[in-house]
Parts: sequence; C-alpha cells; structure tokens
Amino acid sequence: MNVIEVEHLRKEFKSYSSRSGLKGAFRDLFTRNYKTIQAVDDISFSVKKGEMVGYIGENGAGKSTTIKMLTGILTPSAGKVLVNGMNPHKEREKFVRTIGVVFGQRSQLWWDIAVQESFRLLKKVYQVSDQDYNEHMNHVIKTLDIEPLLDKPVRKLSLGQRMRCELAAALIHNPPLLFLDEPTIGLDVLVKLKIRQFLKEINEKYQTTILLTTHDLSDIEALCERVIMLDEGKIIYDGSLEHLRNEWGEGKQIEFQFGNEVEKERLFQITHDINVHWTKGERGNVWIAQLTNPESEMSELISRVVAAEKIIDLSIQEISTEEIIRNIYEKGEATK
Amino acid sequence: MGKYIEMIRIRFLMMLAYRTNYYTGILIYSINIGAYYFLWSAIYGGKENIQGLSISQMITYVAVSWMARAFYFNNIDREIAMEIKEGKVAVELIRPYHYLGMKTMQALGEGIFRLVFFSLPGMVIVSFIFPLQFSTDVSTWGFFALSILFSFIINTQINLMTGMLTFFLFNVDGLMRSKRVLIDLFSGLLLPISFYPLWAQELMKWFPFQAISYLPSMIFTEGFKGQEVVEAILLQALWAVILIIPIQIMWSLAKKKMVIQGG
Repeated sequence: MNVIEVEHLRKEFKSYSSRSGLKGAFRDLFTRNYKTIQAVDDISFSVKKGEMVGYIGENGAGKSTTIKMLTGILTPSAGKVLVNGMNPHKEREKFVRTIGVVFGQRSQLWWDIAVQESFRLLKKVYQVSDQDYNEHMNHVIKTLDIEPLLDKPVRKLSLGQRMRCELAAALIHNPPLLFLDEPTIGLDVLVKLKIRQFLKEINEKYQTTILLTTHDLSDIEALCERVIMLDEGKIIYDGSLEHLRNEWGEGKQIEFQFGNEVEKERLFQITHDINVHWTKGERGNVWIAQLTNPESEMSELISRVVAAEKIIDLSIQEISTEEIIRNIYEKGEATK
Repeated sequence: MGKYIEMIRIRFLMMLAYRTNYYTGILIYSINIGAYYFLWSAIYGGKENIQGLSISQMITYVAVSWMARAFYFNNIDREIAMEIKEGKVAVELIRPYHYLGMKTMQALGEGIFRLVFFSLPGMVIVSFIFPLQFSTDVSTWGFFALSILFSFIINTQINLMTGMLTFFLFNVDGLMRSKRVLIDLFSGLLLPISFYPLWAQELMKWFPFQAISYLPSMIFTEGFKGQEVVEAILLQALWAVILIIPIQIMWSLAKKKMVIQGG
C-alpha cells in the first residue's frame, strides 16, 4: 500500500524582481517585473507504508516546498498528490489528523506556556483519549527523556531540549506518517543520536512511515534505506542508499606516504595489472590509489607497493556519502 | 468544541504569563476615562444636556465605552499578520482546526480575561471616583451583555480581515494602525455618533463601525429606549452575518495564494 503518491507535481511561485536605482524604484511602484520560478518541477514518486525515506537536496532545491504540498499547507500548481488516501489541501482538517510534522526551523509549541500545557492542548485538538495518551506518551516522554522539561515554558528550553519536545508533540496522536523537515538542524551529537534511535524505534513498533529532509547525511545513513535526491525542483535520484554508494562510491582509496621520492612510472610499473588509479597527494611524497575492487585487490596492491618502496604511513579511506552526493550534484544527474 | 475551549484556557495562561502588561493597561484606561471626564465636564459647562445626553449619562457613556473596549479589543490582526510574515501560519495549517476559528477563540479568551480581571474591577474603581449612572433595569444589562458580544464578533471579524490582508500585501503595519484609529473614531468611542453632523451620521450607517462601540454604550446608558434597543441589536447581528462573506472569500483566496515566507 502506498502512503504517499505523487504524480507530475508542480509548484510555481511568482516573484518580482526590483529594478535598480531610484528611477527603477519609481517604476516599480506602477509596474513590476514578474518572474515565474519553478520551485518543484514535475516530480513523481511514491512511498510505501513503513518506509523511511531521506529527501535530500541543496538549499532551494524544493524540498520544503514539496513537504508543504504533501502536508496540505500549499496548494500545488499542477499534478496529483494523494497522501494517506486523501488530497491534503482539499480535506485539510481531516487529513492533518493522520500526519505528524516537525519543522526544525520553527516551533509548534506555544512559546510562553509550559510544555505540558502545549501537550494538553494538542491532546484536545487531536481528540486523543486519556488512555491512549497515557499509554503512548508516557513511553515517548521516557524515551526522549523530557520528563523534567514538562513544566518549563518553551522559551526557557535549549534547542536540543526544545527539539525533543517538538518531536513528542508531533507524535501525540500517534500518526502513521511523519514528516520531518530538518529535525536535527543545530543539534549536538548526543541529541542527534537520541532522536535517531527514537525514530527507528517508532518505525519498528508502529510501522510509522517517515519522510525526512536534512542536510546532515549521517542522519540519512543512520535511518534511511531509500533516498530521493532533488536538484532545482527535479528528482535526480530515487533509489536505495546502498545502490547509490555502490554505483558512485567507486571503491576505496589508499593514501601512501613514501620515505623518498617516487616516480609515477614506477608506481604504474608495480601495479600495471591491478585496476587502480594513482593521483598525487597534496603533500610531498604522497600518492593516493583509487581502488575499484577492494575485495580482491586491496592486499595485492598494498603488498606490492610495500615490497617495492619504503613507506612511512598508509591509510585506507572509505569514500563518504557526502563526497558521493557532491559528485552527483557536480555532474547534475544520477543513474536510476 | 473541546479544543476551542481549551484554547481559551491556554490564552488565559498566556495572559497570566505577562501580568505587568495588564497592570499598566488598567492605569492607561483609567487615565483615558479621567481625561474624558474633565473634557466633557468642560464642554457641558453647566448645560443640562447636549444631543439628548445628560452630563452623567455622558460620563457613564465614556466609562462604559472604554470598559467595553477592553473586552472587544484584541490584537489578533497583528498576530495574524506576524504569523503570516514569519511563516508561522504553516504550523497552524498542519493542525486539525480552522485557523480563523482558533484565532477568534484566542481573541475571546483574551477578551474574557480582560473583562473579568480588568473591566469589572476597573469599573468598580471608576464608579467610586466619577459620578456614574447605572441602570437598575435587569433587561438593560441583559441587552448590553448581548450587545457587547456582538461588538466583539464584529471587531474580531474586521481584525481577521485586516490580518489576512498580509497574504496579499505582505506588510500591513500602516494599515493596521490607521484601522485602529478609524475604529476608535467611527465606532463612537471618542465621540457619540449622535454628535456627528447629520451627513456623517447618515454615511456611518453604511459602515459596521458604530456597531462596535456606539450601540452597546447607548444601550447601557439608556440613550436608546424600547424599540430602538431591539433595532440596534438586530443591526449588530446583521453586520456580524454580512461580514462572514468577505472573510470566507479572502480565506479561500489566501489559501491559493499562500507563500510560506522564510523557508
């Protein structure tokens, strides 16, 4: 069953550009230059129940706009959106009962009152019974460790404390679908870990579907099996993170620091029958070997180099997801 | 319905969180009433009555108008404008309630808070200082209560519309300020409508403003009698219904036009 179905979704914004100078400002009073911006440009995807999907892209790629259309805040310019079997902006009030949303950059708790008052209001708003609330929320509160924060006004909480409360607030009605828009922005490692662990747990326990946008790829690595990558309003990759790594990760790299000067020809000569690509490092006497098939050729490569030349240091590095993603953005598209 | 009542309670808590605002509020209202008391005493200068209102009726009119204002006056236009400008309206739209309905309830929470903790004690204090004339007729009080409820509704509707203009104009600070002055002036808070020149009175019949302050205050001071009272309340009810139309139109346009500012 598909929880989210999106077909040919578009959102365009009209924005006006100001003319320069005083004369331009006067002209702007009467007529304005309008420019249509395609924030989301013909995207289609679907998400199954229980999936955790990472939705990534650079700033301004259209991530937040998509989330806002999926949550019924914005009306799409064209295309079809079906979330939890409903059209989000048409049946907004009924629809939003079935989702939970956390916006990392804005608070949805009431600023001036204690956290528990916000919870109490949300409990009424979502019409959660006392029994369900106690059963579900006691667990949430314990796992997120926010018990001591409940009687403090939100404005007195630190960012990490607040974000844990926000997450709890989004889960009061135990929604089957959770949208997280940069939930870990600005948080320290410990809080991040706690939040990730918690998300994993509710995903396992309730089969909660989670759509997550973030700039922190370690979030995605820790949580999501599938990523959707967005660039300038278009989807450039939709598939498993595993596949992305295999396809674009291009093996491992080994950095050798040699005891004396080594010629490029010499290295080629030693490793002529191994599928390796040598590049000169930034420091002196450092060479980096990019290995495509590390499983079969790693030990062969190292033993040959070590036997032939004197080395001082050696390190093996994984090509990071961050690097992979950067590569993809530089090239502009990815294979499916 | 439970969620709306809960919202009124939350608003109470929020008002209590900023108590000092209200101590200063009481002071400002008392100063206003005092200033108008001396102004009107000077204007009457021994005359029995002007435009059918005696001096003590006039003072009661002023005191009651200000105290009623504490109830119907609210800042939700500013709040709506701010939430739109800062993009907070996004958070409101992911909640299963009607945004405008919830705002109205917040305003009501604020209004009830001020009525109970501000207007009523204020009125007691003021009545010791100035010679006020209270009606002993229960029906007058009943009609007045009904009337200020309509004042609240109409004023809140105007505030909703002003706030929603932010969706279309992006910045309505100036408009909101001029609206406030306009309402104080045309609603009869500063000067009873019967004191305006005839053509202005005629013109103002076509606007909802006098339903906010003039009509309830006239009911309370018994400037209106019998049939006039019923007509005044019917007029208020009529405005309350008419104003629903532009609000609905603006809201459905706003939803289509919405841009969440700031990401």
